[in-house]
Amino acid sequence: MAALVLNEEQNMLRDAAQRFFRENAPVSQLRGLRDTRDETGFSTELWHNMAQMGFAGTLISEDFGGSGFGHVGMGQLFEQAGRNLSASPLFSSSVLAAATLSLAGSDEQKRAMLPAIASGNLIVTLAIDEKARHQPWSINTTAQNLDGGFVINGHKCSVVDGHVADKLIVAARTSIGSQDSDGISLFVIDPGTDGVRVERTIMADSRNAARITLDHVRVDDDALLGELNQAHPVVESVLNAGNAQLAAELLGLSLEAFERTVSFLQERKQFGVVIGSFQALQHRAAHMFSELELVKSVVLKALVALDEGAPDASALVSLAKAKACEVAELVTNEMIQMHGGMGMTDEFDAGLFIKRARVVQQLLGDYRYHADRFALLHGF
Amino acid sequence: MTDLDAFRQETRDWLEENCPPAMRTPMKQEGDQCWGGRNFQFSSDDQRIWLERMAARGWTAPDWPREYGGGGLSQAEHKILREEMARIRARPPLSSFGVWMIGPAILKFGSESLKRQHLPAIVRGEIRWCQGYSEPGAGSDLAGLQTRAEDHDDHFVVNGQKIWTSYADQADWMFCLVRTDPDARKQLGISLVLFDMTTPGVSTRPIKLISGNSPFCETFLDDVRVEKDQVVGEINQGWTIAKYLLTHEREMIGGMGRTAAGQQTLPDFAVDSVGLENGRLADGLLRAEVARWAIDAKAFELTAERVLDEAKAGQGVGHTSAMLKYYGTELNKRRQELMIALRGSDGLVWEGEASHHGALPRMWLRSKGNSIEGGTSEIQLNVIARNILALQ
Repeated sequence: MAALVLNEEQNMLRDAAQRFFRENAPVSQLRGLRDTRDETGFSTELWHNMAQMGFAGTLISEDFGGSGFGHVGMGQLFEQAGRNLSASPLFSSSVLAAATLSLAGSDEQKRAMLPAIASGNLIVTLAIDEKARHQPWSINTTAQNLDGGFVINGHKCSVVDGHVADKLIVAARTSIGSQDSDGISLFVIDPGTDGVRVERTIMADSRNAARITLDHVRVDDDALLGELNQAHPVVESVLNAGNAQLAAELLGLSLEAFERTVSFLQERKQFGVVIGSFQALQHRAAHMFSELELVKSVVLKALVALDEGAPDASALVSLAKAKACEVAELVTNEMIQMHGGMGMTDEFDAGLFIKRARVVQQLLGDYRYHADRFALLHGF
Repeated sequence: MTDLDAFRQETRDWLEENCPPAMRTPMKQEGDQCWGGRNFQFSSDDQRIWLERMAARGWTAPDWPREYGGGGLSQAEHKILREEMARIRARPPLSSFGVWMIGPAILKFGSESLKRQHLPAIVRGEIRWCQGYSEPGAGSDLAGLQTRAEDHDDHFVVNGQKIWTSYADQADWMFCLVRTDPDARKQLGISLVLFDMTTPGVSTRPIKLISGNSPFCETFLDDVRVEKDQVVGEINQGWTIAKYLLTHEREMIGGMGRTAAGQQTLPDFAVDSVGLENGRLADGLLRAEVARWAIDAKAFELTAERVLDEAKAGQGVGHTSAMLKYYGTELNKRRQELMIALRGSDGLVWEGEASHHGALPRMWLRSKGNSIEGGTSEIQLNVIARNILALQ
């Protein structure tokens, strides 16, 4: 196992990401997108610049136009995006879709899509969930094999950036009577196909997670991604990759929320003294500091485990997501409480932090989901 | 094969050959822990042999220099040794305040003659040390200590009282904070001195705790003669060393949050206690609590690892010992509380062979002191707030 520190290359990426997101996608950008009811939900100019920086291809190998900086590298971007609440299709397209295509795609499918994802010209997203609470194997969407193609029927929810995606990767049950994680396959679908209805849902964090209805959607055989009925291990790996990045985003978000709160405690005066001199607040801040130190460790460990293909990567990812969710909830709640009435105003950013935190917490499984998975993977 | 791979293989082979099978089983009771020293009664030949073999290689103090009896291992080799010992669930051959605390302080601040006098005996487990820090009037406010040492040219005469001295009644030597300049500002007149517990004027009285055990003592010092060459570092500069030792102590006590070698993990203990149903712990609410604990414990273990890795790479923020002490001790208290709950009324059996004389509830009660000794949780939170977060 590599040491739990960043190497030189990763440190450089971290520094570049820090500057980039602070300068190009600060919290005020998200506020602007919200207030203008932006149709895309993110700045296309920002996305273009992110692609120029090579960010969009971080998880994609150099053979297909990416940088191959891996999960630890991508984690540095998500931590900084988390600090600034930066909205972009980095998660949907460059993590979920890129990971799925890299793992399951034929050479032809990879060549058709990965370089375009890396250049930011193609946005692809993944549609797995059908329940409001993440249950990835509770899949009722079916794909029936019918004269040289498939007919797909079903509903999907929580499809990140689904309303602007150029392609959808959809998980469907292809084996009649199969249960749980067996008999699932993946398909690449053009959202313009007859029978596909995409409904944009604006979430509390002012970002998007579409509901998608598939009504007798006909696709050709070559829409199949990976082996028939064998999507389980692919999806499992993709969800690991996704959850590790969401944990990194929560880490950045929590650190920023915490630092802003500590600054406030240092400045805000009541009773003639700064409120940071009160032990009741000091101890809660010190507790949060300790919890955040733990989150830093589990996030880095999960990212390293994914890059190394460690056998316990799944457990480490659930550990990271669970802990990051728990601490993000604590820190964003305390951010509001410690800012007092100001924390309740829309003008102040605390609301944006807590709203983004809760959406990321729910996405691909919250604390409870991952604590359960962590326990099962440890034999209890 | 790299040098480290070769070291791992050699270590694995050596441990396989030299660690007695009985020393690879979980420790069940107090006597299973080997403290060494003049008064120590080994609970078995295996316990004695294991100590002797490890000490002969210097592996009771793996990272100390060889010239003082240590193992001379690099950090990477030391980590491998720990991993290989954990792999076979080997018990620690020696538990020692000498190895954990005063040894490192002597190595860092002590004179050459102090090193030669004390370190090899610590490595061999021949001398057991105790720590004279707290006083009846100086607990959280340690620098307020009143035990005074009068200067008599070539020696000091020490008078005062210490409290919460771990195992003072069984220890051979004490490292003790004393006031050598009563007129200086409180942190500036303190020295760290060493003396033999058999010196005339030293007496101890065990304190019975809620666990029924007496791991701590009051120690009375009446006209105790201490030679001047037994001062560690400079006279009146003892506070620096005291703080260094407190850091060490915090890290050590904080380490309790981790599952030690030879200790059953809490999930395994939970499965043994309440069983599984469809792959999940049979009691849903207990399962949720055990999972929360296991998540925090693993995260804490990884944090200790990251802090070490960052220190090696010259990164890191410092002051992390307060965080590790706070979090580790609170974790251990949670673990003990859950163990009692998992065993139900069996977890509260106080007497009898079957319960190892109430080992479990006694350990549970002992853990309540973890967040008091070595600086309370509240003091650690103060340190974090003031030194790291600049809140004051």
